[in-house]
Amino acid sequence: MKKTPTPPIHLNFLAIHFPLTAWVSIAHRLSGLWLFLLIPYVLWALEQSLFSAYTFRRLKGFLEQPFFKIILLSFLAALCYHVVAGLRHLLMDVGVGVTKTKSTASAALTLMIALFIFLGLVYRFIG
Amino acid sequence: MKSAKSFGKTGLQDWILQRISAVILSFYCFFLLGYLLQHHPIHYHHWHTLFTHEWMRIFSLAALLSLLLHAWIGLWTITTDYLKAEWLRRFAQLSILAMFVIHFLWGIAILWGSH
Repeated sequence: MKKTPTPPIHLNFLAIHFPLTAWVSIAHRLSGLWLFLLIPYVLWALEQSLFSAYTFRRLKGFLEQPFFKIILLSFLAALCYHVVAGLRHLLMDVGVGVTKTKSTASAALTLMIALFIFLGLVYRFIG
Repeated sequence: MKSAKSFGKTGLQDWILQRISAVILSFYCFFLLGYLLQHHPIHYHHWHTLFTHEWMRIFSLAALLSLLLHAWIGLWTITTDYLKAEWLRRFAQLSILAMFVIHFLWGIAILWGSH
């Protein structure tokens, strides 16, 4: 009698190979989660920036400090990535680049464009 | 089990709302980026004046509404995927919704509170 193969029950995530497209998708989710967690900080910063010239200057001073700077950099990185990966989603929704080869290429392109914009923003506004 | 939806009447409505809000948010991001590039380094005077225009306040409110709607649909998906215990998922989703209501009111106070 032929034995039916049993499906693996305990998945070894270290042994599973994720294609680039899967990483780009998971990172889209993670960056979205991080942006969500930062909403109160962004609202606080907007409030400080608009309340008075004094709070505006004080906010600029805060953003020079390492702790706030790291938060700001992580916010910008997540935002750049989330927007670019999201635009890729919208393009695929209307049928652009849905094949396996093209989606792998656009996943790589997403990472490069997001990194490029992020570095550009850092260079222009923070560096 | 009830049908899979977070805000709209159907999953398809959620899908469409997620995309419309994404488009509004990306317009807002690119607008702010363009403004900051033009007025670099930004001074309080320019920044504050921008937000005294009624169209900018309404544009910002539309972006905030889109953000909360967009984040809610995303967070609903994430909590439904990963939080298997029903009480925990319910608790997380209710907390997020309560937070969003507060953020919405706070946003209105920020936008229309400054003179």
